[in-house]
Amino acid sequence: MYAIVWLIPALPLAGFLLLVFLGRRMPRAVAAVVGVGSVGLAALATVLVGASFLSAPPAGGAIEERLFGWVSLPSLSFAFGFRVDALTLTMMAVITIVGFLIHLYSSEFMSRDGEFWLFFAYMNLFVSSMLVLVMADNLALLYLGWEGVGLCSYFLIGFWYREPEYCVAARKAFIVTRIGDVSMLLGLALLVSSFATLDIQELLRRAAAGWAPGSALPVVATLLLLGGAVGKSAQLPLQVWLPDAMAGPTPVSALIHAATMVTAGVYLIARLSALYALAPAVQSLVAIVGLATLLLAGLAAIAQVDLKRILAYSTISQIGYMFLGLGVGFYSAAMFHFMVHAFFKALLFLAAGVVIMAQGEEHNIFRMGGLRTALPAVFWTFLIGASSLAALPLVTAGFYSKEWILWGAWQAGRGGPLLWLLGGCLGVLLTSLYSFRAVFVTFFGDQKIRESHLPGARMKIPLVILAALSILGGFIQIPSDIAPVSLFESFIGGVFPKAPGAAEGGSTQILLQVVASALSLIGVLAAYVLYRRGVGAHERLADSDAYRGVRRFLFSGLGFDWVYKWAFVKTFDCAAKLLKGEVVGRAADAIGSANAAIGRALGALQSGRIRWYLVGIALGAVAAVGAAVWL
Amino acid sequence: MVTVLFFVAGALAIVSTALAVTRPNAVHALLYLIVAILSLSVLFYLLGAPFAAALEVIVYAGAIVVLLLFVVMMLNLSHQSVAEERTLLKPSIWIGPGILAAVLLGALIALLSNGAPAGGDSIEGPAAVGTALFRPYLVGVEIASFLLISGVVGAYHLGRRLKEPRP
Amino acid sequence: MSPQFSDYALVVAAVLFALGLFGVLARRNVVYVLISVEVMLNAAGLAFISAGSKLGQPDGQVMFIFILTLAAAEASVGLALVIQFYRAYKTLDTDSARELKD
Repeated sequence: MYAIVWLIPALPLAGFLLLVFLGRRMPRAVAAVVGVGSVGLAALATVLVGASFLSAPPAGGAIEERLFGWVSLPSLSFAFGFRVDALTLTMMAVITIVGFLIHLYSSEFMSRDGEFWLFFAYMNLFVSSMLVLVMADNLALLYLGWEGVGLCSYFLIGFWYREPEYCVAARKAFIVTRIGDVSMLLGLALLVSSFATLDIQELLRRAAAGWAPGSALPVVATLLLLGGAVGKSAQLPLQVWLPDAMAGPTPVSALIHAATMVTAGVYLIARLSALYALAPAVQSLVAIVGLATLLLAGLAAIAQVDLKRILAYSTISQIGYMFLGLGVGFYSAAMFHFMVHAFFKALLFLAAGVVIMAQGEEHNIFRMGGLRTALPAVFWTFLIGASSLAALPLVTAGFYSKEWILWGAWQAGRGGPLLWLLGGCLGVLLTSLYSFRAVFVTFFGDQKIRESHLPGARMKIPLVILAALSILGGFIQIPSDIAPVSLFESFIGGVFPKAPGAAEGGSTQILLQVVASALSLIGVLAAYVLYRRGVGAHERLADSDAYRGVRRFLFSGLGFDWVYKWAFVKTFDCAAKLLKGEVVGRAADAIGSANAAIGRALGALQSGRIRWYLVGIALGAVAAVGAAVWL
Repeated sequence: MVTVLFFVAGALAIVSTALAVTRPNAVHALLYLIVAILSLSVLFYLLGAPFAAALEVIVYAGAIVVLLLFVVMMLNLSHQSVAEERTLLKPSIWIGPGILAAVLLGALIALLSNGAPAGGDSIEGPAAVGTALFRPYLVGVEIASFLLISGVVGAYHLGRRLKEPRP
Repeated sequence: MSPQFSDYALVVAAVLFALGLFGVLARRNVVYVLISVEVMLNAAGLAFISAGSKLGQPDGQVMFIFILTLAAAEASVGLALVIQFYRAYKTLDTDSARELKD
């Protein structure tokens, strides 16, 4: 079964090529079959490969497949090759299976769109690029996938390109991630110049042998790579693009801006975990970045009124949890949270898509309400997703993944475990507050807009499957004090360095779990009190100026856009204005005007009179004969 | 005798050509051109090329110039445009080309007087020309035939009467 | 005797060529331009013949025959063009045909 590994990214690519060249002439049904089918087959192939991976693990814990050479230089050579280990397989499974469900959903969601085929072409290209990213055995191929997903993200955010503001959002996403990508490219260049290889495993071996822990080079390299990860995963300080990226169609938000692409940064750090082990300071920085992001994004999410923007800030916040897990060395926990998050966040986005469609493209949750009875299936699945997001104890997958990360944070040696725990627990409180705020405001109370465009089977089935995964996905990894289930850790743990102080159990852990669970329940209760109970405390609070100021501040995403606008955009504009009439421009103008003058002079020769041309020929003849005589 | 004939023919060729290119009446100009061609064919004969001399008379005088004459008469230029031609041939127009042509002539004569290569002179009869044509220059002959064919086709194509006169 | 002939014949050829060039440049009537071109071709033929005579080889005459062929083709195509030109512009003044400039 390992022979079909190359098919997994090739199938969506083939779908993309088919759609891009023939899609315009395809009937919608055919385009949908090609678009959904290619990802479905890739998912099937992934399941088959995964099954044989589990039943008969390959030697060395990884399937390696070299397709063809790519660059071959005396000093550097790398191939178009794949390497599939447990980490990659986890990513692949999420990408293809969640991707397939979202494609299936899209085939109904986008069915009224004029460029239906183009949407699936981009989506297929995205899935293919993302698979290349996670399956690459060298950093160049990884970078190819990295840029490929960025490009697809740009296309898909700006998919409805007739709206100028959507195009602006797409450009913003592209440019902001580009800042991170430049940093990442520099990091890759540093690694290549240091070790003369791009093969990830070889590079990690050479780095472990050649670099002393904590020395300057690994710190610089990991910092630069962190820049790339931060840009792609929308962490501080490059998180500003993700909320605006919600301009894209909702399935795009679900697939790219929640489940897969934005976790590429998490994957990058996890993949290069051995490198980060050489730079403990940077690894702590990863944790700090994650912590700060999860708190700030959680605060911002509380003030949003656009359902999709709530989910966008929530995504930023949850990826902050993953970074926290990475930063404290609990890579398995971070990946577990990645997987669970992909399930429930894709579910939430897809459910939000149904809600928005049924409310006539209304995004503001305060203009909705009472959809509990109008859209029961969506209500229940959204409730499950929100519970998983809020980490309601014992029954949801989010609880188990988040507990694992918090336990890691508690045990982190540096920086004070109490701080981690407070940060993490405050995050839990914020998370359950904003997620149940969305639930209560959207689905309870009086219905304000009559529902229309009720979802069909192709939209409901993915919701149900994802809801099931959002619950059941957690039971493969349960803390030892509740039940000794550790399937995920035993599957993926071999890829990473050993987590520090991983000894589990004891009364401390139980206490921590109780505290976190209580906080998440308190969050739900607070949301109920503030937003549900009659015209609750929320309206009373709304009168005070201070509250409104805070709200405006949080609503704007804590002012990052404002700061960047003044620090970079305006500064750049001023510089551009200053340089507009300057020497450089004049020199460039001089070249142009000189060329124009020469052109005019030569143009005068083109009089159109045949005799003038003959005079030219005669002059040439005189010159030639003259040269023969006198030279 | 032969020398005298040579110089007379040469002078005649020059004078009649000069008249041919300057006469305002096209028919007159063509008649001068025929005189020039005939004197050239005398020159050819004296230079030991009897075959070329015959061809000059047959093809040039007999075919090409007659063709020109036909066209001139067809367009009915000979009388109506004489006055027009006089106005077109003003000194301001011909003085420049005249100087240019004179300079070229001077340069060519200087080139020839600087040292023309010496060599024997002989009469090359039609047989020798024919042998040369169909042995080393066979490809050239074939190419010339292509040229003629394309000339015929081109002339036919260009000379047809257009359905719509150009605006 | 003959060597002088060929040298002088070259001079005559040069004179004829210069006259033809003058005609091409000075005359604005297309027919005269064509006549002048014929004159120039003739001059070239004379130069070839005299060179062949001087070197005692038939190649000069062969070249003359080629020139003759060329002149015939040129005359036929050129005259066809003259006729079309006249139909289009109702004149034979080359300077009136200046559409290439626009």
